[in-house]
Amino acid sequence: MEKSLTHVALFAAIIAVLGLLPKLQLGFGVPITAQSLGVMLAGCVLGAKRGALAVLLFLLIVALGLPLLAGGRGGLGVFVGPTAGFLWGWVAAAFVTGWIMERGAKAPVLPMAAVASVLGGIVVLYACGILGMSLVLKKSLVESTLLMAAFIPGDLLKAAIAAMLTASLARARPGSLMSRRVATGQ
Amino acid sequence: MISLTSPVRTRAHDWPAAAKLGALLIATLALAATQSPAVLALAFAGMAALYALPGRVFLSHGARRIRGLAPFVAVVLVWHLVTGDPATGLGIALRMITAVGLANLVTMTTRLSDIMQVIRRGGAPLARLGLNLRALEIGIALVIRMVPVLSDKGAQLTQSWSARSARKPRWRIVLPLTLATLDDADHVAEALRARGGIATPIPRTSSSRSL
Repeated sequence: MEKSLTHVALFAAIIAVLGLLPKLQLGFGVPITAQSLGVMLAGCVLGAKRGALAVLLFLLIVALGLPLLAGGRGGLGVFVGPTAGFLWGWVAAAFVTGWIMERGAKAPVLPMAAVASVLGGIVVLYACGILGMSLVLKKSLVESTLLMAAFIPGDLLKAAIAAMLTASLARARPGSLMSRRVATGQ
Repeated sequence: MISLTSPVRTRAHDWPAAAKLGALLIATLALAATQSPAVLALAFAGMAALYALPGRVFLSHGARRIRGLAPFVAVVLVWHLVTGDPATGLGIALRMITAVGLANLVTMTTRLSDIMQVIRRGGAPLARLGLNLRALEIGIALVIRMVPVLSDKGAQLTQSWSARSARKPRWRIVLPLTLATLDDADHVAEALRARGGIATPIPRTSSSRSL
């Protein structure tokens, strides 16, 4: 129980700290932040339930008014803005990423984590984000998808990094991947 | 840690946080239901007036928070200019800015302790459904405490990387940072358990209110 709580809380903190890292610029000028890397990592390492809880805890603290989103953003405003769908989508993204990791607990870590990060951290996340954007900007889903397409290469890169990190973690601390433990014994 | 609360103390700081959140909810729903650009312009003007009331410092702080919307406003305006329907585009932009502006206004005028109180009270009925409020509160405190700690650790890792390599560390410090964090999580869990753990529910009497 205590271990679950501290892992959830410390992953929420990691997501926050990754937002403080300087932004990378992709070749064609699209800035990418490492924050959604933290979301993929939370799902890969903690599994579905704890991963989603870590993201929820992080978002709660952002809503309380701490500027922990990339670029020092925070407060209640970000939850009604055009990118709000991506924030809500993080919860679903971490859950689905973790759920896939748990389903493939016997498969090799690297490919499993890559598939989980792409399906959870990109497909599910963009579905939520694009829906939110189309609601706020009153654009169709196809139009909103076009607006966000420039960010997908960066997220593919992040999914690859998340998978490599998860595989390295599994090597460095066998047993640290809560997503691959069958009996969770709290 | 720095929070987004306004540096200028306003009268709204003394209003009950729950009332401000309720008003914000109603305003946001009303904005979402409004289509007329004229009404939305009026709402925008009202929001701007609320920012202007406490003075220039408050106004400029508020304006800085909302600047991130600029690219989205530009996309919407250009889009609707091209499709020949600028009034709709203006309405969408005004609704978006007003909704975000009002939400930020509540954040700017509500202290962390006040909003925590709302969570505590709002969480009480959920606690009866099995939400462990004590775990939630310890979790929030842990994150707020650990962000600067992990951030320092990240800075140290970046520094030692720079001492060894001419290249930028970028994501390469994420692995050692995560490893250190996983170890920290184990240690903090042991420390928590040694101090009685989180399983003990808070008695639902007067003592829980005094926390």
